[in-house]
Amino acid sequence: MMDDLNRLTIAAARDGLRDKSFTSAELTEACLGAIDGADALRAFVHKTPEIARAQAAQADAQIAQGAAADLCGVPIGIKDLFCTEGVASQAASRILDGFVPQYESSVTAQLRGQGAVMLGKLNMDEFAMGSSNETSVYGAAVNPWRRAGSDTPLTPGGSSGGSAAAVAADLCLAATGTDTGGSIRQPAAFTGITGLKPTYGRCSRWGIIAFASSLDQAGPMTRDVRDAAIMLGAMAGHDPRDSTSVDIPVPDFEAALTGDVRGKRIGIPNEYRIEGMPDEIAKLWEEGTSMLREAGAEIVEISLPHTKYALPAYYVIAPAEASSNLARYDGVRFGHRAALDAGDGITEMYEKTRAEGFGAEVQRRVMVGTYVLSAGFYDAYYNRARKVRALIKKDFDDVFAAGVDAILTPATPSAAFGLGEMSDADPVRMYLNDVFTVTVNLAGLPAISVPAGRDAEGLPLGLQLIGRPFEEGPLLNAAYSLERSAGFVAKPSKWW
Amino acid sequence: MSIDTETAAKVAKLARIRVEPDALPALAAEFNTILGFIEQLGEVDVEGVEPMTGVTAQRLKRREDVVTDGDQQDRVLANAPDAREGFFAVPKVVE
Repeated sequence: MMDDLNRLTIAAARDGLRDKSFTSAELTEACLGAIDGADALRAFVHKTPEIARAQAAQADAQIAQGAAADLCGVPIGIKDLFCTEGVASQAASRILDGFVPQYESSVTAQLRGQGAVMLGKLNMDEFAMGSSNETSVYGAAVNPWRRAGSDTPLTPGGSSGGSAAAVAADLCLAATGTDTGGSIRQPAAFTGITGLKPTYGRCSRWGIIAFASSLDQAGPMTRDVRDAAIMLGAMAGHDPRDSTSVDIPVPDFEAALTGDVRGKRIGIPNEYRIEGMPDEIAKLWEEGTSMLREAGAEIVEISLPHTKYALPAYYVIAPAEASSNLARYDGVRFGHRAALDAGDGITEMYEKTRAEGFGAEVQRRVMVGTYVLSAGFYDAYYNRARKVRALIKKDFDDVFAAGVDAILTPATPSAAFGLGEMSDADPVRMYLNDVFTVTVNLAGLPAISVPAGRDAEGLPLGLQLIGRPFEEGPLLNAAYSLERSAGFVAKPSKWW
Repeated sequence: MSIDTETAAKVAKLARIRVEPDALPALAAEFNTILGFIEQLGEVDVEGVEPMTGVTAQRLKRREDVVTDGDQQDRVLANAPDAREGFFAVPKVVE
């Protein structure tokens, strides 16, 4: 039992800590040991064992006094995108090399305040721009899953690939992620874990390194739906320092998990039956539909007519916002500054610093964003994309107004692919990974990826449920029902 | 519309990212691939649709217009590549 503490769910750890079956110090050591034995996964990129041990000791004292929060003493990993006081926070970019925040992001401060133990910072795509972790300055995190009979290294997905790999490989009990176009849900699906993107405004964005501010949202990446409910409750809430965080009460999400979906209307969107969808994905979607029907939900065909335009709209809006947000990396206030030649002025400093500090994908998106915002193209590209975004949101508003409670779709168009397999593809092919997830960010909705099956090569596949705004409780409950029916319990066999 | 190397150079300049001249043709080609993908948006009838700025209907919160933070010069400068005498130091700005 003591050897496997790092494999526990949050819920089991909470119960075990409270009834004194083990201490947070023991639980934390189990995770630290697992992390040290898993460097091959490149999941943890800044380890913080001293902080973890000190926080575990504090948590044990707190638990001894009683009245500890759910996450008190629970060891978690933090995506490198979150600013953590005194601990490197680099967004997996060279341009933030050496940056040590003087402050703590609101979400991690909340987690810390509730006694969660921080094990370290997790790998990701540079500035959260990517779907495979391959844009990381640290080198790509590796999926603990492998195809049957193969040792080809696979991507854990992106951008929160380090978080996904760490949870799937039992290096931590849960991890934070962020999701701008699918960056929590796609890696969760690729690694057989649960990933929840909350409604835009549910969690504070303050202190999270910004990518696209109207789309970014932090959320939990966990072993199961119950843990996602528990951790969301710990992350959510109004923050005066983020004017887009919504000032509404945070319900008890765990209490919503009854598993009863009788009479709930689950929409199946016709437009998500994309051309070339692999049979395995189509079959999984069918099976998920049957599971919810058998659980008593009413299945209805729905139409979201502007779905096709979500990806192109996203690839205008997200780069536009990124070009503005990333303007701050200029070699003046933090991070990398290029070595200058004699006679170089400030413009050369900016240009050389940004050329050296940003990787290829980030440079590409910053420049695309600059272009679509430039005089003469602003209306044709940026404003048009924002109008299409309004129509995409209206598609969802209409089906929810017609009485649909949640929408079921595949999470990804494929299982995890091999690292390097997409390197010769044009950027647009990589963008297609987000085809089922990106609509949700544009509409600001909550959505969850739940592991629901495996492909012919044994790799995990996920289904996505999309909920009504600020109704994460009912969404989690539908996911809980699906999880129970799917009964996904497979774990990757340890090779690292 | 198609992007030539001259436009690619102009965009790189606007974005303050140095791109060597021999890398411009490949950059222009990538822009064209991405913009070709984005062109689909032209098919959508957006007549009378307001461009969306944010997803939440709420009016952004306001607060009293007073100073709530500050007096942290050392911490503000702590991560600067070059800080001197309480300032961020940069190369010559004006000839």
